[in-house]
Amino acid sequence: MIDPDALARLALFADLNRAQLEAAAQLFDEDMYELGDRVLRQGLTGNAFYVLLDGCVAVKIDGTERARLFPGDFFGEVSILTGEAPTADIVATSAIRCAVLGEPEVESFLIQNPRVMLRMLQAEARRVRSANLWHE
Amino acid sequence: MAANGDRPFPPGDYPIVVIGSGPGGLQTSYSLTRLGVEHALISRDSSPGGMFRFYPVFERLLSWTQYDAPFERGTRPYEWYDQNSLVGDVREHQAICADVMDRTHVVPSRPEMEQGLAAFVDRTDVRVRYQCEWQSTRRDDDGSLVLTTTDGEYRCRAAVFALGVTDPWRSPIPGVEDVPHYADCRKQEHYAGKRVFIIGKRNSGFELADGLLAWASQIILASPRPVETGNFAQASVRARYLQPYEVSALGGGVFALDAAIERIERNDDGYFVVANGTTRPGRVQITADEAIAATGFRTPLQDLPDLGVATVAQGRIPALTSYWRSVSTEGVYFAGNATQGARGLRKHGGSSSSPALHGFRYNARLLARHLAKELLGIEPERPRLEPDEVVPFLLEELAQAPELWAQKGYLARAVSFDPEAGIVDDGIVPLAHFVDEPGPDAVAVAVEMTAEGVIYPAAYLRKGARLTERELSGELLHQFQDGQHARELKELLSGLVP
Repeated sequence: MIDPDALARLALFADLNRAQLEAAAQLFDEDMYELGDRVLRQGLTGNAFYVLLDGCVAVKIDGTERARLFPGDFFGEVSILTGEAPTADIVATSAIRCAVLGEPEVESFLIQNPRVMLRMLQAEARRVRSANLWHE
Repeated sequence: MAANGDRPFPPGDYPIVVIGSGPGGLQTSYSLTRLGVEHALISRDSSPGGMFRFYPVFERLLSWTQYDAPFERGTRPYEWYDQNSLVGDVREHQAICADVMDRTHVVPSRPEMEQGLAAFVDRTDVRVRYQCEWQSTRRDDDGSLVLTTTDGEYRCRAAVFALGVTDPWRSPIPGVEDVPHYADCRKQEHYAGKRVFIIGKRNSGFELADGLLAWASQIILASPRPVETGNFAQASVRARYLQPYEVSALGGGVFALDAAIERIERNDDGYFVVANGTTRPGRVQITADEAIAATGFRTPLQDLPDLGVATVAQGRIPALTSYWRSVSTEGVYFAGNATQGARGLRKHGGSSSSPALHGFRYNARLLARHLAKELLGIEPERPRLEPDEVVPFLLEELAQAPELWAQKGYLARAVSFDPEAGIVDDGIVPLAHFVDEPGPDAVAVAVEMTAEGVIYPAAYLRKGARLTERELSGELLHQFQDGQHARELKELLSGLVP
């Protein structure tokens, strides 16, 4: 359970009405991590979907940092949608606070909240575009 | 009630102070004592039992104790079949709840539960300084924690707060402050012939509905999320309280509404509620004679947030590390129900059993072992294993270890292959700690469950800096000690065992 107002502040949930926000808030958990903690682990299955509420995390592949994520960013969804283990570690670079949705709940949550799914797709599209620009 | 006339543990300096005489505090103190760790155990109460002196309100628990089970009563494997006893290191300290239950139910009554905990204190000689109330906390310049109590000050390097999750908590709904909490629920007769509105559709809400089913004229439960029963092991309501849900499903005198409550008003006739459907859209207006907020509890942290203790779940639960220390405050540890604040790996969306006695009793035992080593340098016993003993040992643990079955995907059995110490049994460890901490080559095994409720054994190999996860075969009767599982584990441990 998480404070509905914590979700209401995030762009990902901007299209939900109050009742939908409260339902989402009962579904998500809240986690805190210390500096240096691993949130997602490269190669380990059965993960969750995380939305960063406070703090910053690094995306590391085989120990090498590839990117940083900030409040409002999310991670873990690729592993859940593809059914494969994460290809990167997500490591807290400060104390962080996240909203967390377990793997089994993600699909039904997105289907019940298509506006959240659309905003997630838009964010993924921006990531793909950034990755393409980086490779050019 | 346990006699304690001599009032042990006067105020002063102790390496560790444990606060609380519920099951979490008692298990922690017992385990520290068995390890030879000096500590004080204080409690504001006048007798052992914590919340079980009052709850559940309708006097019957939902956790089982099977008097006769596949394993002999009092043995370690039997613990999995007895969810209500604290765990001891010798036979006379084991399976005590089974001894006090009358076998009319597989779940104890509240008085039986309280009696069992008191009997544990008597048999184990756990000593408690009762009626010593913790009032405030500060940190001295030398880093020690100072606990001010009604008896004076306690100074310590580490404090273990076993406070329960016992303060009534209400979700922020306009008007909810006028609704009595679950903790203030009256006797069933009071609700005879009345329309009762219950805020909340988890265990406490359905416990009330079940208890009032024979009394109330109508019961409406409401919360935004639907009741989840797809995987019974992770259901949002335990099977024992599902009778009202069946009545609701058949369209009887119970409604289990998926609705966000907009407001609730107290008036001369009772209550008026406005709510908006979530799973199915629609606005409803409800009139009720009585209302009860079954919205849960929070940990009574008092001034600990001022000391830096961070919380999750809307401030209800302390955020904890794998070894149940506050993620934000050194020296502040938790035992009991609040250990649910250590999230674990969350594999397949599973949560730990830490909110229940059968889960947190093992957390407390591990915490004692951890504190003994980290604070006082008392090394735990680490028995040596011969190479050909490793696979049979791990398979036996997977099949029978109560820690792994009670805390699926959360606690594991670890064996390390240390170049100096040889092959050693590292005991039970938090799985998240094992996969995240560096160390010698080692293997850990855990019992896990898929989102669909399939139970299977899993192994994790740490070799150099690389961690390998291996899901072993499931087996219909959970017999993991056969040739197939031995082959799978040997393959994973190739080069480490013959």
